[in-house]
Amino acid sequence: MFPRPIQQAAPATQWIYTIALPIALLLWLFPLLGVALTSLRPASDLAQGNYFGMPSGVAFENYIYIFTETPIGRYMLNSLWVTIPTVIGSVGLSLMTGFALAVYGFRGNILVFFLFVAGNFVPFQILMVPVRDMTLNLGMYDTWYGLALFHIAFQTGFCTLFMRNFIKALPFELIESARVEGVSEFKIFWHIVLPLMRPAIAALSVLVFTFIWNDFFWATVLTQGVDSQPITAGLSSLNGQWIAQWHLVSAGSIVAALPPVLMFFLMQKHFIAGLTLGATKG
Amino acid sequence: MALATDSGASAAVSQKAPRWNQKNLAPWLFLAPGMFMFTVYVLWPIVESITLSFYDWNGLYNRDGEFTGRFVGMANYRELLIDPAFETSLWNNLKWLVLYMLALPLGLFIAIFLNQTVRGIRIYKSLFFFPFVISQVVVGLIFAWFYAPNFGLLYLLIEWLAGKGVAILADPDLVTYGIIAAGLWPQIAYVMILYLTGLNNVSPDQIEAARLDGAKGWKMLWYVVLPQLRPATFIAVIVTVIGALRSFDLVSIMTSGGPFGSSRVLSYYMFEMALGEFGFRMGYGAAIAVVLFAIMMIFISGFIWKMWRDETER
Repeated sequence: MFPRPIQQAAPATQWIYTIALPIALLLWLFPLLGVALTSLRPASDLAQGNYFGMPSGVAFENYIYIFTETPIGRYMLNSLWVTIPTVIGSVGLSLMTGFALAVYGFRGNILVFFLFVAGNFVPFQILMVPVRDMTLNLGMYDTWYGLALFHIAFQTGFCTLFMRNFIKALPFELIESARVEGVSEFKIFWHIVLPLMRPAIAALSVLVFTFIWNDFFWATVLTQGVDSQPITAGLSSLNGQWIAQWHLVSAGSIVAALPPVLMFFLMQKHFIAGLTLGATKG
Repeated sequence: MALATDSGASAAVSQKAPRWNQKNLAPWLFLAPGMFMFTVYVLWPIVESITLSFYDWNGLYNRDGEFTGRFVGMANYRELLIDPAFETSLWNNLKWLVLYMLALPLGLFIAIFLNQTVRGIRIYKSLFFFPFVISQVVVGLIFAWFYAPNFGLLYLLIEWLAGKGVAILADPDLVTYGIIAAGLWPQIAYVMILYLTGLNNVSPDQIEAARLDGAKGWKMLWYVVLPQLRPATFIAVIVTVIGALRSFDLVSIMTSGGPFGSSRVLSYYMFEMALGEFGFRMGYGAAIAVVLFAIMMIFISGFIWKMWRDETER
């Protein structure tokens, strides 16, 4: 193990480590904590310049205000409407593409695979004008499905990379013996491979959920009104209206950050397994 | 693996001919929906953008639904060469690329700091990872507040130390560094988690052996641990480069490219040109995107090349 386990160190060092941990964490999350505290500070405190002193009270009204007086609830729903279909769509498509690329040694296999991988890394800007133009022409501009369809397609690249490597690591004998038994290719996919894919599906679902929830660029390019804008774009436009009303900006930020944070804490193991794919082998 | 598949298949073929067909057709049926979507929304738009970069187009169609763009050859690219805003963006992108690399040593440092087995360490690890989970829009707002003149925490801190506060986001010389610092926060968290996983898989035998040989501290890290962390480092470099070149959200939220366009990067400048208040210069925007794409391609090809080597070695 590296570094040497702290238990083997001198008692003084151990003591320092125990104190250093929470201090380091506090410093690391300092900006976030500041925002969280500001979101609960009454507006009158900020008006009097009391930014960091004792708050004169806990102001849950900031949160009540943003939910009743601004469309933030609507923005959150819009985000869900984009995010959930994207998770289902991209995981579903990539299960099939990943299966095809992992199990069959057809000509051009590696080429198709690399196209998916490379496409996943391109800058969004090279797609922007044509994708926006196409979405407009299909009458899907400013709709949740226009945005979701693009996300499904783009995330399929990343998901295919993940699924294909996951299926490659499964014991191939399973598939081979099923073939000898005369099981059809579709049934092999459905009854043999799919049940083994649960961890991969879970990992990708939480990752894609977070990526899409946090997406700002495409939300700006493909939507514009309250009726379809997701929370990231919504928060940005609210920020324009709330000039320097930091108690509201903070409350809005915390609300926008909450769903992915919850997702992360509930599904931590899967989340990290997904992100660190390839960090250990290869 | 491939050999085994073929022999298994040919055994089946001799008994039943249609199975051979099914096996040939199956991969393409499984690929079809995903490939269709990916081609329509990713591969084809790349080709279209490159074509469009040779046109002058305002994004509109005439009454008959015909494309109104005008072919201008290399004119957009020639204009880029003398466009000072493009030059600023390119320089800023370079700053992003270089400074974002700080995420590697810093992430490694935190990972080493946290790679212990004391009570509650798991919670510490997840909380350190926190910034990565949060949307960049929120990160941008948090740092804008952190830097805010007169009451921002950093402003007050500098005022207290130096006697005079600095409004980072309003200073053309500092603004890009301020945004990069905001971007580094989640990026370090990401690199940290990659290295934590890597450290988990470092071979204990080699560490012990090196320890018996008297290696410790920096030498141990440099000669024994880092070589074993190479896969993690590789992924970390890739995601950091991509993160640096994709830096759109923070610039847009924190400064909108200002003050005086001094914090523009290519991704943001492209957006401004194609959809911003300067009018809809789709062709010019596409040309900027092509330059960004070309820069990214250098790194993508490196990644693909390494993957190809790994695949063929297996």
